[in-house]
Amino acid sequence: MAERSFAKEVKKLKQGEGETFSGEGILAITKALLENGVGYVGGYQGSPISHLMDVLADARETLDDLGVHFESSASEATATAMLAASVHYPIRGAVTFKSVVGTNVASDALSNLASGGVTGGALVIVGEDYGEGSSIMQERTYAFAMKSQVWMMDPRPNLPSIVKTVGDAFELSEASNTPVLLQVGIRSCHVHGHFTASDNKRPPMTVADALENPARRLDRIVLPPATYLHEQEKLTKRLPAAQKFVLERGINERFGDRSGRIGLIVQGGSYNTVVRALNRLDLADIYGDTQIDMLVLNCVYPLVDDQILDFCEGKDAVLVVEEGQPNYIEQQIGHLLYKAGRTVKLEGKGKLPMGGEYTGQVMVDGLAAFLRAHAPDLMPVRKTATNEEPVAIPDLSQVLPARPPGFCTGCPERPIFAATKLVEEELGAHHISSDIGCHLFSIMPPFDLGATTMGYGLGPASASALRSKDGKGRRSISFVGDGGFWHNGLTSSIGNAVFNKSDNVIIIVDNYYAAATGGQDILSSRADNPTRQTQHSIVDAVKGMGVKWVRHIDRTYDVTKVRDTLTEALTTEEGGPKVIVASSECMLNRQRREKPQLAKAAKEGKRVVRPRFGVDEDVCTGDHACMRLSGCPSLSVRDTGDPLRDDPVAYIDQTCVGCGNCGEVADAAVLCPSFYQAEIVTNPTAREKRRASRTRRIIAWLQGRREAKRAAFA
Amino acid sequence: MNMQAQPIVARRSPGPDGEKIITLAALAVGGQGGGVLTNWIVAVAEANGYRAQSTSVAGVAQRTGATIYYVEMCRDTGRMPVFALSPSIGDVDILIASELMEGGRAIMRGFVTPGRTTMIASTHRIAAVSEKIAPGDGRASSPEVSEAMGVAADHVVAFDMERVAKEAGSVISPSLLGALAGSGALPFPRDSYEAVIRASGRGVEASLRAFGAAYDIAAGTCPAPVSDLPEDVALPALRVPEALRADWAALQARVAALPAPMQDMALSGLQKVVDYQDIAYGGQYLDMVEQIAALDHSPYSAGIAAAKYCARALCYDDLLRVADIKTRPTRLSRVGTEVSVKDDQVLMLTEYFHPRFEEFTSTMPARLGAWLQSRKGLERLYARRFDKGRRIRTDSLRGFLMLWMVSALRPARRRLLRHRSEMAHVDAWFATVLRLMPHDPALAAEVLANYRLIKGYSDTHARGLSKFARVMGAVVMLEGREDGADWMRRLRTAALDDVKGEKLDGALATVRSFAT
Repeated sequence: MAERSFAKEVKKLKQGEGETFSGEGILAITKALLENGVGYVGGYQGSPISHLMDVLADARETLDDLGVHFESSASEATATAMLAASVHYPIRGAVTFKSVVGTNVASDALSNLASGGVTGGALVIVGEDYGEGSSIMQERTYAFAMKSQVWMMDPRPNLPSIVKTVGDAFELSEASNTPVLLQVGIRSCHVHGHFTASDNKRPPMTVADALENPARRLDRIVLPPATYLHEQEKLTKRLPAAQKFVLERGINERFGDRSGRIGLIVQGGSYNTVVRALNRLDLADIYGDTQIDMLVLNCVYPLVDDQILDFCEGKDAVLVVEEGQPNYIEQQIGHLLYKAGRTVKLEGKGKLPMGGEYTGQVMVDGLAAFLRAHAPDLMPVRKTATNEEPVAIPDLSQVLPARPPGFCTGCPERPIFAATKLVEEELGAHHISSDIGCHLFSIMPPFDLGATTMGYGLGPASASALRSKDGKGRRSISFVGDGGFWHNGLTSSIGNAVFNKSDNVIIIVDNYYAAATGGQDILSSRADNPTRQTQHSIVDAVKGMGVKWVRHIDRTYDVTKVRDTLTEALTTEEGGPKVIVASSECMLNRQRREKPQLAKAAKEGKRVVRPRFGVDEDVCTGDHACMRLSGCPSLSVRDTGDPLRDDPVAYIDQTCVGCGNCGEVADAAVLCPSFYQAEIVTNPTAREKRRASRTRRIIAWLQGRREAKRAAFA
Repeated sequence: MNMQAQPIVARRSPGPDGEKIITLAALAVGGQGGGVLTNWIVAVAEANGYRAQSTSVAGVAQRTGATIYYVEMCRDTGRMPVFALSPSIGDVDILIASELMEGGRAIMRGFVTPGRTTMIASTHRIAAVSEKIAPGDGRASSPEVSEAMGVAADHVVAFDMERVAKEAGSVISPSLLGALAGSGALPFPRDSYEAVIRASGRGVEASLRAFGAAYDIAAGTCPAPVSDLPEDVALPALRVPEALRADWAALQARVAALPAPMQDMALSGLQKVVDYQDIAYGGQYLDMVEQIAALDHSPYSAGIAAAKYCARALCYDDLLRVADIKTRPTRLSRVGTEVSVKDDQVLMLTEYFHPRFEEFTSTMPARLGAWLQSRKGLERLYARRFDKGRRIRTDSLRGFLMLWMVSALRPARRRLLRHRSEMAHVDAWFATVLRLMPHDPALAAEVLANYRLIKGYSDTHARGLSKFARVMGAVVMLEGREDGADWMRRLRTAALDDVKGEKLDGALATVRSFAT
């Protein structure tokens, strides 16, 4: 993390026995790791778990004191492979990433890790990016747990439960020699709450200790015949051990009246939503006290057969509240009940929606439907029908403008896509494949560029099939960010293009950080990072991969240059992939760094120049062509008050950072001369001041002469 | 997705001691400081002996999307309530919207419930990209949203909180907090809010000012700021030097002689034209307006359109115009306020120009310009040597004089190639209007308004011209039809709506279909 300090959070990590920790869920997990004597931590940043990585990256001193090793892994696969340190050594390790995408990348390492099993507790904290606010495809991580036979925890979404679960997960992992996935949803990660801290623990064995005493057990290595034994071991030893642990330690919780005729089986993560729904149906108070019999699964895999059967004993109907699809848990339970010859009515999907987040109203409706069918006596009469006069609220769907996320004010990626738009105006439309990262916003208005996105670092790879027969035809354009490039784009996209003699054009968007995930440093970051090795040139890496045609643009705001370079790439006779590295610093992080510095300099009386753009509204004709090539938040429209004008004109508000895009675009696209760049000089030199006032006097004199002779607006 | 026809409207039931959970959702546009606001609210609640929990969907670093922050709080009775993690349809007690359309979005998503929800919304607008990129006016209708608020909410506190914040030298989050406190929707005293702001430590004084101002407005002890509508903006008056007063008076007299409904627009038009060129040009303008007035009758819609669009047509955008505007005495001061320059600071100004062969030659005397344009060789040379962006520093004497020279050509404008081509275009258009006036004044009015399509510079201007031409092509098909004017208006709207003109193609196809 270059431009942001997490000192405040780091301080929280140092809290000791009895202190009250208050903060976000994901930070609570970070603290819990240290309290449970974790020996090493790794991961790959991404919403909603970025915070864990960011804070630990700033907590070097604390970690060193404890002898804990922390690494910013190159990818989720790297992170998971790192857990190999817990295979032979009794060291607790934890890694974290965004899921399901991260788990997809990690699954190779995860399978291997799961097969051999672990000695030290191995924890994978997956930020389940599902439901509203998610930025990825809607899938469940659960399938990975089933196929690899690793366990999955899904704690109730309050800080004490989440923190307790971290400890339980480590023990479960050790008790069953199996890695454990700790699943936390977006809102669990961002929920603000409190818990009572305990002291951080030094790991009994550090990774350094392990290196000094190497260990190796052939039967833990994933190679036939051991692999066959591993499979048996999973079924005969590890699974029973896990189920025993879950049962004996009371990992899953029981609420309500056990004698109830109906029951709910709930994923821990959904508990709060269920209780709120019950409360709204007058079946629970605000503290969760209820008559409804509930089995809350803080461990969602494996299920404990006896526990399920026992819960269903003597019930007429049971509802499984399971978010997302397929409904793995419901299927397992159904299978279980059928085999045991039970007649209890099993409900789940159907009463509740097949897919989508189980939000408040969805839960109310689902539970109500279940109760109506199986326990109408429990449904308060006044709840059984809409109990309020529906008021006709005007439909605004036609009025409201969508507000998708887009490029920030002054974003250096905006001019790249403005230039691409201009190129397409010249050479026609091209197939454009996008990648993961901020640059993906090119698919939104005003740019509307990009046809597919196939995964991190896979932009160019996803265009590899599309090529002209003889290399003479049209070429595809693909984008990849610096984050994706280092994650696996270098081999999967660039190497692949070189090896297969692709003629396509690849644009690497280099903004000095993994920007979309919060501005973490990466190999090519320009900042000097005390704990990381930065300053590695993407251009050199690309050349090293064997690309011959490489162009480096070190100021993306030069729209004309970007346009001409891209045109050359699309038209040159030269064979092989054409790679353009477009570099300019992420404006968000640049502002974080420069603003305080400039403010300080200005205070000290140093000469400081603040650039800003503006529009001469008499010159602007209200066509908004500039905005169709920008979409900058600070460039907007407003009325002039001139009765002769019908359309609002452009104006630039106070948030402008003077990046230059407006002027460059107006220039490259030959739009209009209404933009001006104003540079405000604080603490100007005496000479500067004299010159300025002299010029002003002369200009004023000239203007005075003309004004005297003409009729003009004052 | 609901499993039944109508969703159940289910209210929360209170705890044993009558303690209630209060739910609060804040919809903000990324970067508006919604996080700060939520932290303040939680702190206030906890300071007042409440338990509180907040969640947000912060997403990634990008800042322009819509974000939801959610807070639940409950009087502390020693037990931790089970708080929900996201707002639920029909179950939000307080809804804060930091921008008008976000308020509308909250209503559309069911977070604002009659008889329950207190809605606190800032009425200012942050235009979404889709609103900005329309070639005409693509902005969403604010009144509809304000109306919906009145219907959907139990209690509405709505005013321009962004402006209140600005006037206090702060950002919107404290004024949102002030509106919340002032609304009385939460059972917490004013000073407990202010204490929290003080504790936050950064920009405290400004924040407290913004908070206080918003509090008083929400509490009804102070009036809300009236947003200055465009109509209220004072138009600049024409300053006429002694020597020209008589001629100017004569023109004013001609305006006074026009039918009353036309006079305001005609005067605005006249001022614009005179300011653009000179007194004589104003006379030329009035000649046109008077011709239409003579053929029109009450309510003089064609006459008013003429007063408006003839001025627009005569004041075409050329290099001289741009140079003139950028070298006027009023300009520097306007820029100064626009970018807020203090007295002890120095302002440097860079203008972006990109004159192409067309602009260059059309700024030549008509015959010379035409000759130059016929020389393809010269055009290639220009493209190679001179066709590039030019940055001119108008705060330096050298740069200023460059523009000054160009603007000095104004008296000679009538002799330039550009003027000749513009006037040819205007005459053709005006002739059509005159031809239509006697038998179809309504259509004539629409044809006059078509000049709205011509705007911008270089490519934009060319695109405008072609749209104009295509729309005008429909005149022959629409003439004498009952709905002719109506269709002409639709064609123009279609042309304004999209850049590529696909909507226009569609509209024209329809017209052809019934015209043939």
